[in-house]
Amino acid sequence: MKVELTVNGKDITADVEDRTLLVHFLRDVADLTATNIGCETTSCGACTVLLDGESVKSCTVLAAQADGRSVTTLEGLASDAGEMHPVQKAFHEEHGLQCGYCTPGMVMAIVSLLRENPSPTEEQVRAGLEGNICRCTGYHNIVKAALSAASGVNP
Amino acid sequence: MIPPAFTYRRASSADEAIALAAEYGDDAKYLAGGHSLLPLMKLRFAAPSVLIDLGRLPELSYIRDERTYVAIGALTRHHDVQHSPVLAAQIPLLAHTAGRVGDPQIRHRGTIGGSVAHGDAASDLPAALLALDATFVARGPSGTRSVQAAGFFKGIFETDLEPGELLTEIQVPKPAVPAAWSFQKFTKRAIDWAIVGVAVQGHAIALINMGTTPLRATAAEAALASGASIADAAALAAEGTSAGSDIHATKAFREHLARVLVKRALEEAGARS
Repeated sequence: MKVELTVNGKDITADVEDRTLLVHFLRDVADLTATNIGCETTSCGACTVLLDGESVKSCTVLAAQADGRSVTTLEGLASDAGEMHPVQKAFHEEHGLQCGYCTPGMVMAIVSLLRENPSPTEEQVRAGLEGNICRCTGYHNIVKAALSAASGVNP
Repeated sequence: MIPPAFTYRRASSADEAIALAAEYGDDAKYLAGGHSLLPLMKLRFAAPSVLIDLGRLPELSYIRDERTYVAIGALTRHHDVQHSPVLAAQIPLLAHTAGRVGDPQIRHRGTIGGSVAHGDAASDLPAALLALDATFVARGPSGTRSVQAAGFFKGIFETDLEPGELLTEIQVPKPAVPAAWSFQKFTKRAIDWAIVGVAVQGHAIALINMGTTPLRATAAEAALASGASIADAAALAAEGTSAGSDIHATKAFREHLARVLVKRALEEAGARS
């Protein structure tokens, strides 16, 4: 089927199989490979992107379901001038990653979380990241990054 | 993992969805948020040849205060149930339970009607709706009918919905004492399905994952009604259940959890009201 998605502000039209998952559309059709494929079972959150501004796991959304809608991936966060998004900056400042595999999904989940709740408590950040698994950091610096992005410490 | 090949059809109205289901018959499945169906398809537990996407039917996404009950459109997302001011005030058990489903990403996609129609005994919302004595409204080629939650869940992933029928609305009576609620969910990881869960509203007790369907703890409810203490009633929580054993827990451990969680839930509901 023919689908037309707005990805990071750019319209992308393609003919895809009906069963194409959004994550495969992003990686293989749109050629945006920041979004990682982790568990493929809606558990790990590595494939988290924004669909019409809200976090979703792109391994469990069909490209067809996103037809006509707007998707934001990690590549779409920085400004046109190349300046990092506050959440990206906060990950850098707080050392919010080790191997980096979960990072694109973590960043997108936090961007969505802060849109819904711009001043979360630590407990709310931890609850808001229940859908994202990290096997390196123990989460502490990821949570610190979310809180520092929220407080504008790294604007 | 990708699902087996299928034909995607998008419905632009509830009537069109029902007509498409009639056209394709048993080969078709309705697709709401897809967060139960698509994972099953990836695992080849389900392989419908047609998916009828309900994702563009705003007419079935609403929460309306109808004085004696709250009407919830079947396509209302968990996120919207969780954050509904109407439900927070009138039926806090339901708002809270919706916020315990999966994780934020899942709640941005999953719908209350999808969860009910999927009929998984391990799901949170069917048990909460059973404790709340909800009514489910289904529309099919021959009209609309209502089914009580108590008679809706029939077996493993089996509900009272007829082939081609579309669940359109969930009607939840307002509890006499909204604050008399509790939701207990025992999991190993935050986003897991409940190994055992309990939803309590007043003296109604529903159990998650203690059989092939969500269940009412009828023996414990009867004991409470005849004046038993919370501890004595909770001791009967596993009576009449048929929990299974799996990699997460044995049947005996699930029965133990049911007794412990029902006790906690009744105490919490009592303390809140």
